[in-house]
Amino acid sequence: MKRFKGFVKKEFYHIFRDKRSLFILFGMPIAQILLFGFAITNEINNVDIAILDYAKDAESEKIIQKIKASKYFNIENQIDNEKAIESEFKNGKIKAVLLFERDFAKKLENQKKATVQVITDATEPNVANTITNYTQSIIQNYQNQKNTTQEQSVSIVMQTRMLYNAELKSVFNFVPGVMTVILMLVSAMMTSISITREKELGTMEVLLVSPLKPFQVIIGKVFPYVFLSIINAVVIVSMGYFIFGMPMRGSLFLLAFESILFIITALSLGILISTVSNSQQTAMMLSLMGLMLPVIILSGFIFPISSMPLPMQIMSNIIPAKWFIIIVKSIMLKGVGISYIIKETLILTLMTLIFIGLSIKNYKTRLE
Amino acid sequence: MSISVQNISKSFKNVSAIQNISFEVKSGELFGLIGPDGAGKTTLFRTLTTLLIPNEGNAIVAGHDIIKNVKEIRNSVGYMPGKFSLYQDLTIAENLAFFATIFGTTIEENYDLIEDIYVQIEPFKNRRAGALSGGMKQKLALCCALIHKPEVLFLDEPTTGVDPVSRKEFWEMLKRLKQKGITILVSTPYMDEAVLCDRIALIQKGEILKIDTPENIVSSYEKTIYDIKTNKMHQLIEHLKKFPTQYSVFAFGEYVHYIDNNIELDLQKLKIYLEEKQHTNIIIQKATTTIEDVFMDL
Amino acid sequence: MVNHISNEKVIEVENLTKKFGDFTAVKGISFHVNKGEIFGFLGANGAGKTTAMKMLIGISNPSSGNANVAGFDVHTQSDEVKKSIGYMSQKFSMYDDLTVKENITFFGGIYGLSRKQIKKKTAELIEELQLGDITKSRVGSLPLGWKQKLAFSVSLLHEPKIVFLDEPTGGVDPITRRQFWELIYTEADKGTTIFVTTHYMDEAEYCDRVSIMVDGVIEALDTPKNLKKQFDVDSMNEVFLKLARNIE
Repeated sequence: MKRFKGFVKKEFYHIFRDKRSLFILFGMPIAQILLFGFAITNEINNVDIAILDYAKDAESEKIIQKIKASKYFNIENQIDNEKAIESEFKNGKIKAVLLFERDFAKKLENQKKATVQVITDATEPNVANTITNYTQSIIQNYQNQKNTTQEQSVSIVMQTRMLYNAELKSVFNFVPGVMTVILMLVSAMMTSISITREKELGTMEVLLVSPLKPFQVIIGKVFPYVFLSIINAVVIVSMGYFIFGMPMRGSLFLLAFESILFIITALSLGILISTVSNSQQTAMMLSLMGLMLPVIILSGFIFPISSMPLPMQIMSNIIPAKWFIIIVKSIMLKGVGISYIIKETLILTLMTLIFIGLSIKNYKTRLE
Repeated sequence: MSISVQNISKSFKNVSAIQNISFEVKSGELFGLIGPDGAGKTTLFRTLTTLLIPNEGNAIVAGHDIIKNVKEIRNSVGYMPGKFSLYQDLTIAENLAFFATIFGTTIEENYDLIEDIYVQIEPFKNRRAGALSGGMKQKLALCCALIHKPEVLFLDEPTTGVDPVSRKEFWEMLKRLKQKGITILVSTPYMDEAVLCDRIALIQKGEILKIDTPENIVSSYEKTIYDIKTNKMHQLIEHLKKFPTQYSVFAFGEYVHYIDNNIELDLQKLKIYLEEKQHTNIIIQKATTTIEDVFMDL
Repeated sequence: MVNHISNEKVIEVENLTKKFGDFTAVKGISFHVNKGEIFGFLGANGAGKTTAMKMLIGISNPSSGNANVAGFDVHTQSDEVKKSIGYMSQKFSMYDDLTVKENITFFGGIYGLSRKQIKKKTAELIEELQLGDITKSRVGSLPLGWKQKLAFSVSLLHEPKIVFLDEPTGGVDPITRRQFWELIYTEADKGTTIFVTTHYMDEAEYCDRVSIMVDGVIEALDTPKNLKKQFDVDSMNEVFLKLARNIE
């Protein structure tokens, strides 16, 4: 135990003395969260939209005037059939289409209920979301106004349709995403680099010829990064919660447990990488190409998995990050308990065991 | 017997690194492996410290079999690899403390062993290893290898790239360690360091060419070597090489070492030959044989 | 003086100083090197040798003082300096993963030799070093001694006036080491100036003049013969030990 403590102490020296890496280690999560958070702006101004008005009556005209009057929207053109919607979107000229059903005023008069559809281009999910919210409030306003002057209240039903990104990745998607990327990066890349560095320095040779057992060397190298990763996870979740209003509906304890599980998964991947690479450079390339890219591309962080081609959807299953993102979202946004995410948890556990097993199998107590 | 090597061979893929090497090192002996880069010294060290498994043969180190008793050997030997550079971002004191803890000991416990060496670097103990000079680094590395009081110490090229002053000091330290009963196996490409060992093995291209005490190796050399010096040293080598009975010509410090095919060299004839080639201030005298002379003639 | 040396000064150094923060690595050194001379630049590890050499080859700017190499100021005309010198070090000499021929072509190319010149030079080198069929082997697979001899020749491809050799023979076997020095002699006789550092004290004897640096200062500079006389010892090794030891 004393040996182990001595080892961990040395690792912390390495980490705290390398100011640049330390800065990246802790600066990066904060920078990423801020970047994603603020790049995803909630303000919109003069967004170009189109109107598809099947009703062409007084009521629809009044609403269109209201929309026109707001500084948020700019009515680019009027179209006359639904087929035109797609081509308008593809041109990229407009971000949304407002569709009034036939006999809008008549229905409002007779049935006290009529429908407006807001169709948005959700390739920019936040813009789409904001447009929906703003139109909703304009229409709501109009309805309220109308109801104060009438005896019988009417309701204008708003239907929303998202094109191209039906899942609608909300602003809350980036917190789990960034967390996953950072944990993967810190845990897998940093450990694999720090282990291969000892190989390069020649100190690994000395450690191997010492009475220290191989697993002690590995655990000793990995332990500090578990600690650092936990700090990072806490920082990211708190920033998401306090700065960007990300809800935290589930159990904090469960989230902590799942995060530690994922950290261990990533660390075991890092160890696996270090057993197959002999230089820091190889370890870095393997971590970046082999881990970061799949995490970013295939985990559902940036691109929704459901809209990927089938082979990629299948491939995404072997990415641990995918399961972790599902877990984090389920806990934070849906507030579910462990029983709902037991499948994902088990998959992560199994993956971890496989990585650890492979690492032990590959780890050499000799030089060959 | 502290180290006993029996017919060890090791190859990587198809390239043979060492072939059929056997030698023995007595307890408390300072044994030198002398040979240039690529002679197989590092492979031999790694094999003896259990980092590599030999293809053939076996060895006993400190009473343990290098193939079967890996754990025991790792507890009883100290090893300083060739490119060993310590942890650059740790201070002297931290490096030493780290190696002490991983070997399950403390600096205090074996302080008497490293004291001589450690006092020289102690004034800088809070300096990071990366900021030390070559000589100091080397002293620290030696302290780290000694901290667990090993029975056998393996030093792979500890003096390569180190200036003559630090090299001299290093060998003085090794002598003192020897007196404390530690068996030392050391390798070096510097031939002049060979005389500082109790016994040496000359190694080249993976094979041991000769094993003996440095004195015996020198005295058993039968050829006569002449020191030759003239006013034109550059041309001298060229001209001597064209002398009909020449055996070998090598620059050697301020002289050229010349060996003739004839046991009795006609010095007068050689002098006249050189004078014909416009050499003046010719000095020809019998030289003292060195390990390097022997090595070059193997 | 030996006949291959002329009186033309190809390196002139005056009060050359290099500071790193509070630490002065090179403390105002002055010396000159003549054309065709083999100049040994010795010193203990950390004495400031490497720093001084870096300034002379134009890759590090002096903090103060002047150095003129091959007629160019190292501070203001470092590009010209680089064109007129060759450089080879123990740590890096050639690319291990390229073949001998590829290395020659590459280095010829970066020194601006035409394809024809490269071809001619390659043929000459193969002839001179008796490379024969190893031209197609990767440099990494050659013995160290071969590599160093080859690297020396490559550093001379563009026929520089001065060639700087940083510990060219470290770890090389004794015979190859001497063959290497024979190459140096041949080159010096052609009029090339050789500036060399080494830890082998017998090699210091092969130099025309030797300087010994201790703690950023040149403590001694003369022919090996005069140095031995000055310190009343028999070998350069003892000169070195006496000098460096006294200072410590």
